[in-house]
Amino acid sequence: MTTTLTEQRQPQKATHRERQRRSRQRARRHNWACGLAGWLWLVVVAVPLYWTIITSFKAKSRYYASNPMVPSKDPTLDNYRFVMESDFLRYFLNSVVVTAGAVVPAVVFSFMAAYAIVRGWRMRVLRAVNGLFLMGLAIPLQATVIPVYLIIIRLHLYDNLLALILPSIAFAIPLSVLVLANFIRDVPKELFDSMRVDGATEWTTLWRLAAPLTRPAILTVTIFNSLTIWNGFLLPLILTQSPERRTLPLALWTFQGQYGVNVPAVLAAVVLTTLPVLVLYAFGRRQLLSGLTAGFSR
Amino acid sequence: MSSLTGHRSRREPHSILPWLAVPALVVFVGFAVVPLVGVFALSFTTWDGIGAIHPSGLTSWRAVLTDPGLPHALWVTFLVMAASWAVQTPLSILLGTFMAGRQRYRAVLGVVYFVPLMLSSAAIAIAYKALLDPNFGLGAGLKIEALSKDWLGRPGLAFGVVVFVVSWQFVPFHSLIYQGGVQQIPKSLYEAAQLDGAGRIRQFFSITLPQLKYTIITSSTLMVVGSLTFFDLIFVLTEGGPADATRVLALDMYKRGFQASLMGPASAIAVILVLVGLALALLLRRLGGRDAGASQLEGA
Repeated sequence: MTTTLTEQRQPQKATHRERQRRSRQRARRHNWACGLAGWLWLVVVAVPLYWTIITSFKAKSRYYASNPMVPSKDPTLDNYRFVMESDFLRYFLNSVVVTAGAVVPAVVFSFMAAYAIVRGWRMRVLRAVNGLFLMGLAIPLQATVIPVYLIIIRLHLYDNLLALILPSIAFAIPLSVLVLANFIRDVPKELFDSMRVDGATEWTTLWRLAAPLTRPAILTVTIFNSLTIWNGFLLPLILTQSPERRTLPLALWTFQGQYGVNVPAVLAAVVLTTLPVLVLYAFGRRQLLSGLTAGFSR
Repeated sequence: MSSLTGHRSRREPHSILPWLAVPALVVFVGFAVVPLVGVFALSFTTWDGIGAIHPSGLTSWRAVLTDPGLPHALWVTFLVMAASWAVQTPLSILLGTFMAGRQRYRAVLGVVYFVPLMLSSAAIAIAYKALLDPNFGLGAGLKIEALSKDWLGRPGLAFGVVVFVVSWQFVPFHSLIYQGGVQQIPKSLYEAAQLDGAGRIRQFFSITLPQLKYTIITSSTLMVVGSLTFFDLIFVLTEGGPADATRVLALDMYKRGFQASLMGPASAIAVILVLVGLALALLLRRLGGRDAGASQLEGA
């Protein structure tokens, strides 16, 4: 079953020598088609990123005359200053509030539900709940935005950050429950039994036993949901209106609408809004990537 | 699972377990299940998004089903799905196989490969919009005629750009899935094939591809169902234009509902979107005997 887990454990199990042997074997079987595709794709990925970064440091007045692939001789931070003056700090804070406000309850609620589903599998109610969440995986949730919009209006939450938080939690639940349940299922039954013998309640077992033992999965789910919500565009687009409520992706879009001709400034905004995620990427690449494929790696 | 069940049945009937699922259930029902039912209900009403909602029977459905815009949107959705699948799958398999190797330089390459995964669709679309600008973009700056086309201004080109940018964004994700799949293929299979004198290409087609069967199904399911939800990227890049060349279902729903204030017809489109999504998930499940999500739970 949960191959994500086995995959994460494998590298620890493989001894150093075994790994060396394997890599030598790989190296001998050199694969030209894959190698070519690999390098070509690197260029395809790197060129737009490189262009975006170097252009964001060019002065607006010199941009049109310069060679687009050559970095500016005297790089300027003016574009970044201009973006910061356009209220991006506020948009950044909005994104932080929405992401943190949605991810924490989403993960806590999903963990509790996953625990209940695994431990209470004999109860028909909980199997039905599980089925409901699974259904949520097959349905494109974007299709529900019109009623979500209606509900948010009726709750008088339109143009309020809470309007972004509530549906974000709901959309995050199905996959989170699935992944967490898979990991809780791997906790040996004997550990649960011994907790019970010690007189621990389900509530204590949940937090004292299941949570610490499934920490990698909790981290994975947290990262996956954070990225999804941080990068979300549709919900802010339809559920907020005033500039003070914009989150970063939406702010980026309106910024381009306003200053589209000022290419260096637009690209500075792109770089600035992705900077927090890239800093996290630099520090925790492994966790981020395993978080991204969450339950999907085979 | 049966041992667990047997052991559990000795417990007291008033377990707190069901209560633990309540918070997740409440939010999910409130903001996903109710809206899902609601979208069916709203498709039988007339609503401008601000005023009162009036029941209007089949008016919205009649309007949507007789509008030539619907077959067009379905067709574009299908084209985006098919083209992005056809571009991404071979590339992801090649790249996944490439990354499954363990040389150090591949690890270095890996750092750059995955950057697109971290970026929001909005940021990617905005950077590409600037990059592809016929007057101020990269092609114009390099003074290369072939690259300074009006990429987003012509229907055929714009469609190609959408497929390209989608691939640029999601190929890393799928190659990551394939990397995991390739690493799980037993090395003994290749060794045996080598003894039998099978060449690299032969090995790829008779070992790697068949062994990746479930990975291909998982990845394809995610690509196909995921392609229904390419809203942000297309919205920011082209807004569905030019001449509706990139107006996929999700965009059609948004434009009818939130731009033309026709929430009834937009809800009907949303219902169609849900049905298409479900049909595709079921179809792919039939094809492969399992699907991305449920299989993992069933296997548990």
